[in-house]
Amino acid sequence: MRFPCPLCGDRDLQEFTFGGAAVMAERPAPDAGVVAWDAYLHLRDNPAGRSEELWQHDKGCGAWMVVTRDTVTHAVHGARLTKGAT
Amino acid sequence: MTQPFRIPGLGRVDTARTLTFRFDGEAYTGHPGDTLASALLANGVRLMGRSFKYHRPRGVLTAGPEEPNALVTVGKGAHRDPNTRATVQELFDGLEAASQNRWPSLGLDLMGVNDLASRFLGAGFYYKTFMWPRAAWLKLYEPLIRRAAGLGALSGQSDPDRNEKAFAFCDLLVIGAGPAGLSAALTAARAGARVILADESAWMGGRLAFDRHDFDGRAGFDWAQEVVAELAAMDNVTLMPRTTVTGAYDGGTYAALERVARHVAPGHDAPLDCFWRIHAKRTVLAAGALERPVAFRDNDRPGVMLAGAVRAYLNHYGVAPGRSVVVFGTSDDGHRTALDLVDAGIHVAAYVDPRHEERLKAPFPVYTGSVVARAHGNPVEAVTIRHQTGREHRVACDTLAMSGGWNPTLHLSCHMGDRPEWNEDIAAFVPRPDAVPGLVAVGAAGGSFSTAAALAEGMAAANDALSALGFKPQDVALPVAEDAPYAIQPVWSVPGKGRAWLDFQNDVTIKDVTQAAMENFASVEHMKRYTTQGMAPDQGKSSNVAALAVLADATGRSIPDTGTTTYRPPFAPVPIAAMGAGGQGAGFAPKRLTTSHAASVEMGAPMIEAGLWFRPSYFPARGERVWRESCDREVAYVRNAVGICDVSTLGKIDVQGPDAGAFLDFVYTNTMSTLPEGRCRYGLMLREDGHVMDDGTAARLGRSHFVLTTTTAAAGPVMRHLEFVAQVLRPDWDVALSSVTEHWAQVAVAGPRSRELLSGLLDAPPELPFMGCGPVSVSGVSGRLFRISFSGELAYELAVPARYGDALFRELVARAEALGGGAYGIEALNVLRLEKGFLTHAEMHGRVTADDLGLAGMLSGKKDFIGKAMAARPGLSGPTREQLVALKPTGAVKQMTAGAFLFDAGAEPVREAAQGYITSACYAVTPRHTLALGFLRNGRARMGETVRMVDHLRGLDTTCEVIPLVTYDPDGGRARG
Amino acid sequence: MAELTATPPFAGLCLPLEIGRARIDAAELGQLTNIAPFRGKDAALATALQAAHGLDLPQAGQSSALDDALILWFGAGHVLLCGPAPDVALADHAALTAQTDGWAALTLSGPDAEPVLARLVPLDLSPASLGAGRTARSTIGHMPASITRRQDGTFLLMTFRSMAGTLAEDLQTAMSGVNARRSLG
Repeated sequence: MRFPCPLCGDRDLQEFTFGGAAVMAERPAPDAGVVAWDAYLHLRDNPAGRSEELWQHDKGCGAWMVVTRDTVTHAVHGARLTKGAT
Repeated sequence: MTQPFRIPGLGRVDTARTLTFRFDGEAYTGHPGDTLASALLANGVRLMGRSFKYHRPRGVLTAGPEEPNALVTVGKGAHRDPNTRATVQELFDGLEAASQNRWPSLGLDLMGVNDLASRFLGAGFYYKTFMWPRAAWLKLYEPLIRRAAGLGALSGQSDPDRNEKAFAFCDLLVIGAGPAGLSAALTAARAGARVILADESAWMGGRLAFDRHDFDGRAGFDWAQEVVAELAAMDNVTLMPRTTVTGAYDGGTYAALERVARHVAPGHDAPLDCFWRIHAKRTVLAAGALERPVAFRDNDRPGVMLAGAVRAYLNHYGVAPGRSVVVFGTSDDGHRTALDLVDAGIHVAAYVDPRHEERLKAPFPVYTGSVVARAHGNPVEAVTIRHQTGREHRVACDTLAMSGGWNPTLHLSCHMGDRPEWNEDIAAFVPRPDAVPGLVAVGAAGGSFSTAAALAEGMAAANDALSALGFKPQDVALPVAEDAPYAIQPVWSVPGKGRAWLDFQNDVTIKDVTQAAMENFASVEHMKRYTTQGMAPDQGKSSNVAALAVLADATGRSIPDTGTTTYRPPFAPVPIAAMGAGGQGAGFAPKRLTTSHAASVEMGAPMIEAGLWFRPSYFPARGERVWRESCDREVAYVRNAVGICDVSTLGKIDVQGPDAGAFLDFVYTNTMSTLPEGRCRYGLMLREDGHVMDDGTAARLGRSHFVLTTTTAAAGPVMRHLEFVAQVLRPDWDVALSSVTEHWAQVAVAGPRSRELLSGLLDAPPELPFMGCGPVSVSGVSGRLFRISFSGELAYELAVPARYGDALFRELVARAEALGGGAYGIEALNVLRLEKGFLTHAEMHGRVTADDLGLAGMLSGKKDFIGKAMAARPGLSGPTREQLVALKPTGAVKQMTAGAFLFDAGAEPVREAAQGYITSACYAVTPRHTLALGFLRNGRARMGETVRMVDHLRGLDTTCEVIPLVTYDPDGGRARG
Repeated sequence: MAELTATPPFAGLCLPLEIGRARIDAAELGQLTNIAPFRGKDAALATALQAAHGLDLPQAGQSSALDDALILWFGAGHVLLCGPAPDVALADHAALTAQTDGWAALTLSGPDAEPVLARLVPLDLSPASLGAGRTARSTIGHMPASITRRQDGTFLLMTFRSMAGTLAEDLQTAMSGVNARRSLG
């Protein structure tokens, strides 16, 4: 599988490390309560189809990005940098 | 030595040169261009192997990589390579090959007795017979079966051959260099696209080499060589002969095995194989087709060959497969074989065709509406022909050339989960469009069996790819080639008594498949597993389709309803040595060496791995016999004088920016933004789930400039985590991270005389308070000095740019020795930290919380930080959890070991009663007893209590006392002094 | 007072090394400074960099070079200045971090440089993809690396200093493998 790193271009999956579902970027407020925190940490959709995931190109440029890919066909639809990556 | 079956003037082997080789010890000759199989056939050797299960004698069936029978062991000693297909192995001078799966010899094989017992050994035999008693399986049945069955054996020695891995990229990957592949490659190459053309043979041309094709009045193979020459001269084309594309993966990634040096004698240092990872924007699958046998009684006898293989040996290798041949064809393709034989001067004893229409005018007997029902002799002496009327008659021959039709080599198109579809016209499965994104199957691989169609489809597929990639499509002038209809009448099996073989490599018969159906293993996947059909190294390349046709018949379903089994990579066997190339021995992982490595080795220190790093275990002094002596002495250096230890392996992360303080407050549980410049603070990091990730120090070098340390083990993960926080969670903060682990060599100078040592060394020694830091100069070299202690003594860490690390370490050791100290290794380091109750990842093992470690006080209540919300969950703190304590032995046994379990005194040492476990243990030099750290349920409330320690693995059982965590200098005066 | 002598990263290793049609030489790049622009300061940094060192701030995958200075894009939010000491004015716009001794650098040259590197690097090395002046962060074998094709066509390869030995060994293995193929014919 290859991901289109917005900075480096197409690179092999082996250069990337998984960082969880894209919702990991939406950290609850410290006082959001147990339910919100449990959902943030542990409750995941398990889509058959399009999935948004965080990956770091850690063996490349180091940028964290959101990769959109299809869990059924393995098609990779794109990748965008997270806000803090440049 | 003569080659009695070599036909002068025919074929493309270089008869001007003669090569000598050995098979089972016997010397033979052949020529450059031969395979081992063609050379053996030229010498009249027809028996090449014994079958897997029944040890039936077998000869070569094919002329290609799908060969099920002629598997041999090539090479000697550690170089020996089992299960080499004689049809693929190119001949070289001095080649030594041996047959397999026979004892004592290929001709006389005592295990052939299995064949006599075959009525008991059919499908499911092992499942039914060796069920009980269970214990007998491991000790009795399995060793017995393993001895009797199986293929070649490994040498049992370490593999001395080199292998390689490599990466390649292209616009268009063309798999197979037959007419379709060459047409596609030429079209794309002329447009300027980057083309890789891979073919498993040593030469290119595919079936154009094996069959006689007329291309505008000249040989098709000559056209192929002209195209190859044009391609070879182009910079944008890479020709990859001897390369089998073995797998198709996501995103246009293909695996390929290149046989680099299997065609030459050993004694070179080239890699044997190269395992390629090819990234292609578009792919043309032009892998051709594989001919299928017909299942009839004793169709596995040596001398029964596929018709296409007969033509290959004849036309390409100039070898007669026999003196008198019966041809059994099911399509017009069979005509070719008979005509080629006649033209080569070989007697055709009969042409047998199940079809009724007479289309062949030939100088030999033609039997239409007929089939071959049985082979006789070993090797073949005659065949029985069964006519439409049921009448049978016997025809003498030494070879049978059979063709049950062709199956497109579509395997790669199914590697991403797609199934092929049935095409009734050619009675074969064909790939579905877009089965693999970006891949198009053309020519025979796509089910188009005429050469004219192959040429046209190759060009069309290349032009489609060119358009998609923005290149200009090309109109290549293709030669006029044969465009005859295929006209097959499929015959899968010929009914009758006796055993008719489907899978030659795993010894599966028609009867096995029908029996599977009868026992309701009716799904093709169940049938496969029950009969082992297609599970041998050849993966049923020439037999799977026939087997499922037989299954379809037995279950009353159509072939498409029966379906195929799953096609999985690799298409052809790939040696593990090739996939793991470069990973042998020290190549397994990069070595990270500290700048003091050479000095430590010179001092005799055994180096041990710490992640990828190598660190000195201890520094043996003259006369010391065991490591403990060295370790105890080194601990004493630090406690009494001064010790030197390279700590460069700890992670060092530079953090800068206006929001650096806020950032650190967020990633550490305690507050770092309040740290004054020139000071360090111990810090704890949690994961978001509330468990401890790592500990370390943060040092403030400037207003918005910090440097953090991490543990050696967590340096990488912590950096990733910080980048996650900076880039994903808090993109609003302005903070820059840079790992400086490698730039700085950092050395601990620890012990009561450390200040004295540094006073003599530093250009202007600063007066640093405990946990102070600042810039220093060492002989004019700018460095950093930190007053931090991992030993509980007055201690510093001195950092200089890595180029000075070697010199600094040697200088520090020399000065320490002059003060009654010296270098210490990580054994002593461990003792020193255990005496102080300091942590490593033995304790911070991923399942512990700050409260478990007694560090709940470090969880700031005044700010948010990573892990705060979850650390507050009731289950993550309190007396129900196992808490960090120290222990010392009180019983007769004084040994304690990491990994041992703790129990209440007097309790049964069983899992349910476990109260905790030991994480680290050492002989503590200062208090002179064994000392351990461990986790004990409600441990902090159990000070002074006696518990039982049991190490089930090492057979240790002792009692120990729970003692406070800090054994040495509990009030910390020595470090602060 | 002791004199601290400097030890180069490839000390005691087999460099320079020429096997067949490829060659590796230790590269002396001078001072290395990691430059990480602060938020929104890219333009100001680019101006300061041009004023102080005459170098353009490289975009992703780019490098720029003068006679005695080289600047490489070095990953997300990082560039690496090689050669001169960084002008103090740069510190107004970016975090500057000394990395001089953090990296082991060598050049790979010769007609077989590309095939040698194709044994170790999962990148498309063709001039169309990694042409002169282009740079990439990737891996060499299992090592994090920076790979640059310099204007003279040679490859500048950088890995962590502690891995210098493995870098040299891996390249030696790849070079001898590529060379040994030629003798097979």
